[in-house]
Amino acid sequence: MSDTYTLYNSTVMDHFMNPRNMGDLKDADGIGEVGAAACGDIMKISLKIKDGKIEDARFKTFGCGSAIASSSMATELIKGRTVEEAMSFSNQEVVSALGGLPPVKIHCSVLAEEALKAALEDYQKKRPSVPAPSRTTQLQPMAV
Amino acid sequence: MRHVFLDHQSTTPVLPEVFEAMRPYFIEIFGNPSSLHQHGLRVRDAIANARSQFAALINAESADDILFVSGGTEAVNLAVKGVAYANQRKGNHIVVSETEHPSVLSSLEFLEKQGFVTSKVKVNPIGWTDPAEIRAAITDKTTLICVHYANHDIGTIQSIAEIGTIATEKGIPFFVDAVASAGWLPIDVQTMGISLLSLTPHRFYGPKGVGVLYRNRRARLVGVQHGGVQEGGRRAGTENVPSIVGGGLAAEIALREMPIRIAHTAKLQKRLWDGLKNSIPYIKLNGPEPGPQRISTNLNISTEFIEGEGQLLLCDMNGIAVASGSSCVSKSLKISHVLAAIGLDHALAQGNIIMTLGKDNTEEDVDYVVESFQKIVQKLRGMSPMWDEFERGIIDSVIKPAGRGKSFSEHAAAVSGKAAH
Repeated sequence: MSDTYTLYNSTVMDHFMNPRNMGDLKDADGIGEVGAAACGDIMKISLKIKDGKIEDARFKTFGCGSAIASSSMATELIKGRTVEEAMSFSNQEVVSALGGLPPVKIHCSVLAEEALKAALEDYQKKRPSVPAPSRTTQLQPMAV
Repeated sequence: MRHVFLDHQSTTPVLPEVFEAMRPYFIEIFGNPSSLHQHGLRVRDAIANARSQFAALINAESADDILFVSGGTEAVNLAVKGVAYANQRKGNHIVVSETEHPSVLSSLEFLEKQGFVTSKVKVNPIGWTDPAEIRAAITDKTTLICVHYANHDIGTIQSIAEIGTIATEKGIPFFVDAVASAGWLPIDVQTMGISLLSLTPHRFYGPKGVGVLYRNRRARLVGVQHGGVQEGGRRAGTENVPSIVGGGLAAEIALREMPIRIAHTAKLQKRLWDGLKNSIPYIKLNGPEPGPQRISTNLNISTEFIEGEGQLLLCDMNGIAVASGSSCVSKSLKISHVLAAIGLDHALAQGNIIMTLGKDNTEEDVDYVVESFQKIVQKLRGMSPMWDEFERGIIDSVIKPAGRGKSFSEHAAAVSGKAAH
C-alpha cells in the first residue's frame, strides 16, 4: 500500500495518535468525569485555575478514536481562557477545530463539552461565588 | 512495517489460479448462459462444472441442488423467506438461534411484520445452542429451523448433526448458514440432516459477488426475486459467470486443502491466544477455548478498561487488520448482538476485538501481533480513566474481580446518568 487510508481526517487522526494534554493534574481545581449513555464512553477532564483563568487542562478518555481526539482538542482550546469564557464553550468548537467529525461521532464532542462543564461545576462548588456554566450543546453534524 | 491481515471473516484474497480461471470469462467467453447459441451453450458447461465443485465441498447428492445467487446475504434471504413462503399454508412458525448473522435475524424481522412468528433459542455463555432447546421450541406450526454452523463473531461450532436429526425426525426443513464456516469446516449435508445451506466463496479465497444456496429437493422453496427462469426459476437474474467459475475452483481447492488449512490456522490460533493472554493482564477470550468447539480461524477477545475502536485504529496504524464488535465501531452505537446474547458485560463488549486467521498468516505474523497489541493496550490504558481508577481501587475488574470498588458498569451508569444498553 503506497497510501494510508484513514477512518477520520488527518487532524482527528493526529489528535488520536498524539493526544495533547493527556493525563491527570495534581491538585486540580476542578475535575469532571462524564459518560455517554449512548455508547458507554467515559471522559475525565481536570483543570488548574488561577485568578479566574484556566492555566492547565488534562484529560483521560475511555472511548473511540474520535472521543480521544475530541478530549485532546477540547483541552487545547480551553487552556488560557477565563472561567467565564469556558462556561459558554460549545462542542461545535471542537468539531470545527477538528475539521469535522462523522455524524455518528458528533456525540463524542458533546461528551468533551460535558466533561469540561462538569469540571467547571466542580470548581464552582469549591468556590460558590462563580456563576454556573451554561449548556449550549449543539447537535448539528459537520461535513467530514 | 509488517502487514498482517487478521480479518479473514470479512473476506479473503482471491487465489492467483482462481483469478486465472476467471479471466477468460470477462472478455473472451462472455456469453449469457440463457442464450441458445454457441456463446451461451459454452458458459453453461462452465457453470455446470462449478455446480459440481460446490456440491462436492458439502457432499450434496446432486449438483442440481446448488443454486447460484449474488452472495451470502442473498443466499440467506432466499432460504429463510423462500421456505417460509413456500410452507405458509402449513404453518407460520420459525425456530432460530439468537446468535444468527443479521442476514437471518433481519429476514425474520421482515417476516414477522407479515404475520410469521419466530422463537429465538438462547445460547449458553460460550454461544452454544442446546439441540434440546431447539426441540423444545418446535410447535406443530413450525416450518423452518435456522441454526448457523460456526458463529461469525465468536467462532462457536453448533451441534448441527444433532439438530439435523431432530429436524429429520420432525419432518421440518433445516437451514444452516455456513457463510462463516464453509471451506474451513467439513460439511456433509447428507449425514448432517441439512435441507438448506448458505455459503460464499469469498471467505475461502474465491471471488466476491457470488453465493450458493444448497437446497435439498425435498425442501420446498419459492423464489423471492422475479423476472427470469434462471436457477430452476428460483433466482431470476443473469448469472455472475466469472465469479461462479472462480468460486467453483476455490471450492475444489478448499476441499482438497482443508486438513492443511485447519491444522495451520489451529496452530496459529493457539499461539496467538497463548501469546496475548500471557502478555496482557485483564484480557478475556469470548466463545469456546481453541479446540473442537471453536472454528480454527477465529479469536474474539475483550481487553478490559479500553475501548475497541481505538484498539482497531492503532492495530491498523501498525499494519494489522482486525475487526471489533464494540458499540463505537457500529453505526447503530450498539454492541454486537452475539456478545449481548452470551451475556458479556457491556464494558467488556466495548473492549472487543475480533481476529480471524487465514492460510497465509505465519508464526512471525502472530508474534508481531502479540508484541504490537501489548503496546497498543498499554498506550490506551495509559489514556483510560478506568484503568487509573481500577489501579486506585475505585472500580473493580470484571474479568478478575478482587472484591474491591464498584463494577465498571455501575461506575459508568453513575457518571452517565443511566445504564448503557
